[in-house]
Amino acid sequence: MAFSPDFMLWLALAPFAAALIAPWLVGRIGGRAGWVLALVPAILFVAFASLLPAVANGVTFAYGVEWAPSLGVRYSHFIDGLSLTFALLVTGIGTFIVVYAGGYLSGHGHHGRFLSFLFLFMGSMLGLVVADDLISLFIFYELTSITSFLLIGFDHERSAARRAALQALIVTGSGGLALFAGLVLMRLASGEASVSALLATPDVLREAPAYTAIFVLVCLGAFTKSAQVPFHSWLPNAMEAPTPVSAYLHSATMVKAGVFVLMRFAPVLGDTALWGTVLPLFGGATFLTGVILGIRQTDLKQILAYTTVASLGLLVMLTGIGTEYALAGAVFYLLAHALFKGGLFMVSGAIDHETGTRDITVLGGLITKMPITFLAALLGCLSMAGLPPLVGFVAKEVLYDGLWEVGGVSVATIVAVIGNALMFAIAGAVMLPFLRRPGALPKKPHEAPPALWLGPIVLGGVALGGALLLDDFTHLLVAPMTGAVAGAAVELHPHLIPTGLYPPVILTLVTIGVGLVLFILLSVLRRAVAGLLTAIGWGPDKGFDQVIAGIVRGSVAVTKVVQPGSMQSYVTATFLAIALALLLPLGADGLPDLRYVGSTPEAFYFVILAVAVGGLWIVIRAKTRLIAIVSLGVQGTMVALIFMLYGAPDLSFTQFMVETLSVVILALVMTRLDLKASDHRAGPVATRDGVVAIACGLGFTLLLLNVVQQPFDPRLSEFFLDHAYDIAHGRNVVNVILVDFRALDTLGESAVVMAAGLAILVLIRMVPAVTRRIAAPDPTGTKGEGRA
Amino acid sequence: MSTLIFRTVAPYLSALMILFSVFVLLRGHNEPGGGFIGGLIAASAIAIYGIAYGVETVRRAMYIHPNSLAGFGLLIGALSGVAAIFAGEPLFTGLWWIPVVGGVEIPLSTVMTFDIGVYLVVVGSLSSIALTLEETD
Repeated sequence: MAFSPDFMLWLALAPFAAALIAPWLVGRIGGRAGWVLALVPAILFVAFASLLPAVANGVTFAYGVEWAPSLGVRYSHFIDGLSLTFALLVTGIGTFIVVYAGGYLSGHGHHGRFLSFLFLFMGSMLGLVVADDLISLFIFYELTSITSFLLIGFDHERSAARRAALQALIVTGSGGLALFAGLVLMRLASGEASVSALLATPDVLREAPAYTAIFVLVCLGAFTKSAQVPFHSWLPNAMEAPTPVSAYLHSATMVKAGVFVLMRFAPVLGDTALWGTVLPLFGGATFLTGVILGIRQTDLKQILAYTTVASLGLLVMLTGIGTEYALAGAVFYLLAHALFKGGLFMVSGAIDHETGTRDITVLGGLITKMPITFLAALLGCLSMAGLPPLVGFVAKEVLYDGLWEVGGVSVATIVAVIGNALMFAIAGAVMLPFLRRPGALPKKPHEAPPALWLGPIVLGGVALGGALLLDDFTHLLVAPMTGAVAGAAVELHPHLIPTGLYPPVILTLVTIGVGLVLFILLSVLRRAVAGLLTAIGWGPDKGFDQVIAGIVRGSVAVTKVVQPGSMQSYVTATFLAIALALLLPLGADGLPDLRYVGSTPEAFYFVILAVAVGGLWIVIRAKTRLIAIVSLGVQGTMVALIFMLYGAPDLSFTQFMVETLSVVILALVMTRLDLKASDHRAGPVATRDGVVAIACGLGFTLLLLNVVQQPFDPRLSEFFLDHAYDIAHGRNVVNVILVDFRALDTLGESAVVMAAGLAILVLIRMVPAVTRRIAAPDPTGTKGEGRA
Repeated sequence: MSTLIFRTVAPYLSALMILFSVFVLLRGHNEPGGGFIGGLIAASAIAIYGIAYGVETVRRAMYIHPNSLAGFGLLIGALSGVAAIFAGEPLFTGLWWIPVVGGVEIPLSTVMTFDIGVYLVVVGSLSSIALTLEETD
C-alpha cells in the first residue's frame, strides 16, 4: 500500500466519525454493531502496521496540515518506533475492546452512547500518540481526560461512579494543565513547535534555563495521568467504569499516556541528574505501593487496577534509569503489560458477566465451566507472573539485565525483585477462581459468548507468539521503540531461553521462589496489609475528599461575603467601583482642560438641559418610587432629543425605545416587589448614596471631556463611510456596521441579551424561594448538582 | 390600568406598532432603523397588549413561546454568519441575492436574515421578561 500522508491524517480521525454513527448503528442492528464498528480500529491497525518494516529500518514520517496558522498550530503526525507501537496498541487492543463492549453491554439502554464515548476516547488517544505538534499533542491529551471522565462516569446514576469520574478528571485534568505549561515553555525555550523538530535538536532543552521548570511541569502531567504516588488513587477508583473501559483505558492506553509523554521527551529532557533521580524515586515508590495495596484486594478488578499502578511505577522507574537495557526492559514490559492486563481485565469482566461476582474468595471451579476463558486467563497470568514462554518473561529478563548492568544489587534491583515476587503472587491469586473448589455463586456459570473471550485469547496468543518469534518481535516493535526513547538506534538480542546462569537469571529464580512463598502466605499478607492500612487511616484518596471539601467550604465562605443577598450593597459596590475606576486614572493622567468648549451650543439646547435637570430634581425629591421612575424617563428622553439634534437618528431612536421600555419594566418590577411606596432612606445612607452618585457623574464627565480632547483618528469612520455602500450594499452606516462589518460582535450581544433575559426569568420565578440559605458544604463534593 | 379607553385602543396600537416594527426592521439597512430598534418596538407592543388584556391572552395570541422566539432568532443569526463559509468566504461575510420580480429589484441577503435574527432575539427576550413581570401569581 502506497503511503499517503493526507490519507493517514484523515484516517486517524475515523474514530470520531465512528463515534457519530455508533448510536444510530446500535439502534438499527443492536448488539451486533460492535462487530461492524470494530472494523474502524482494525483498518487503522492495518494501516499503521503497514509502516512497520520501514520504521524498523530507521525511517520516520512527519507530515501534517496547518490547523490554526495564526497561532502556529498544526495538525501533524510524527511516526517513529514509539508512536507507531503505541498506535498499534491503541488500534489493535481497541478492535477487540469494541467487539467485547458489543457483547458485554448488549441490551444495555445506552449501549450506543457507550460505544460513542469509547470511539471518542480512541480517537483522542490515537491523536495523542501520533501527534507531532506540541499544542495539538496537548489538545488530544486533554481530550483523553475528558472522554475518560465520560466513560468512568458512564453509570452516572451511582454516586460512586460520579465521584470516581470527577476525581479522575480533576487529577488528570489539572496534571494536563501543568503539562500544557511545560509544553509552552518548551516552545519558548527551544523555538520549536513540534516533537520531530525538538528531537532533531536534543540538547537545547537540557541547557535551557527553564529546564527545571519544564521538567517539573512535564512530570506533574505524566505522574497524574499515569497514576504515580501520590496521585494514584484515581485509578483503582476508576474501576467503577464498565469493564471494557477498564480493559482499554486502564491497561493499555489512557494510563500509559503519562509514560508515553515521558518516553516521548526522554531524548530531550532525560539523561540529567534530576531525571535520573526523580523518576526512579517516584516510579519505585509507586511500584511497591501498587503491589502491596494490590495484595489486599479480593475483587478481581481492584487487584488488576493496583497491579496496573505498580506496573506504571516500574515503567517510570526504568524510563528514569534510562540506560539502553533499562529502556528495552521498559518497552518489553510495556508491551507485555498492555497484552496481559488488557486480556485479564476482559477475563474479569467475562467472569463477572457469567457468574455475577468478581470476589476471588467466592469464585471457584471455573476451569471446567469456562474452559476458553480459563485458557485466556492462564496466558495472561503466566505473562504477568513473568514465566516462560511469554513476553512477560522476556520483559523481566531484559529489565533485570538493565538493572544489574547499572548497579548490581542496588535499591532499584531489590525493589524490582520484591515487586515482581508480589506480582507473581497476585498472578496466582487471579488464577484462583479457576482452580479452587467451586463455591456458591450468584449465577450458574457457563462459557462466555465469543465476543467476550475472543479479545483475551488473541492478546494472550500475541504474547505467546511474540515470545516464540522473539527475533521478529524485537526487530519490528521493541528495537525501534527503544531507539526512539533512547534517541539513538539500538541493537537488541534478547533470549527466550537463558544461555547460562547470569545474575539476571538468578534474580528470576529468586523472584519465583519468593513469589511462591508469598502466594502460599497470601491470606496472612492480606490481613497484615489491611491491618497496616487501618493503623495509618489516612491516604491520598481521603486527602482528595478533604481538598474538595475544603474548596467547597472556602467558596461558601467567599460567597457569603461577596453575595450577602442585599441588592443595596450590590448596587453601592458596583457604582463605587465604577466611580473609582473613572476617577483614579485621573491621578496619573491629570485633569482634562475644563475650559474646553467644542462649539457654542444653540439656545434651545439649554432648554433641553433644563428639562433634563428638572426631571432629575423630581427624581430626587419624589415622595413615591413610581414618580421617581417616570421622572427618570424624562431625563432619558431629553438625552435622546440631544442625540437627534446632533444628527444621530439611530441612536436617538434606540434611546427613546429603551427609555420607554425601562420605565415600563421598572414600574412592573416595582409592582411585584413588596416595597413601601415611598423611599425612606435615613440621612447617613442618603448622604453616602449621594456621594457615590456624584462621584460617578463627575467621573463620566471628566472621562468624556478627556475623550473629546484627544486627537481624533478618522481612519475607521472614513473606511466605514466610504465602503458601507460598495461593500455592504447599505446606506445606513450604523446598521451596516452592526449587521455586516461587526456582525460577530452583534451576534455575541444577541446571545448576551438572550442569556440576560433567561437569567431575569429565573430570578423572577425564584422570588418566593429567596429566603433559602446557601447550601451547607458537601463533604464528598459529588452531590452538588442542582444547587442554587 | 385596563381602563375602557386603553382596552379599546390597545389592539389597534399594538397592531400598528408591530407593523411599524417590521417596517423599521426592513428599512434599517438604508435608513435609520434595524433589527434591534425594531425588536424594541415590537416588544413594547406586546407589553402594551399584555397590560390591557392580560398575559394569558397575549401568550395565546403569540402562539410561540417568547423564549423559543429568542432562541430561534439567535439560531438564524448564527446560521446567517456561518452560511458564508459554505460560499467559500470568511465567516460573517454578507451574501446577496437580488432577484427581479415584475421589474422590481428585491435585494435579499444573509445580512437581512441576520438582522431578522437580532429582531427576534430582542422581541423574544424583552417580551418574555415583560410578560413574566405582568403575570400576577
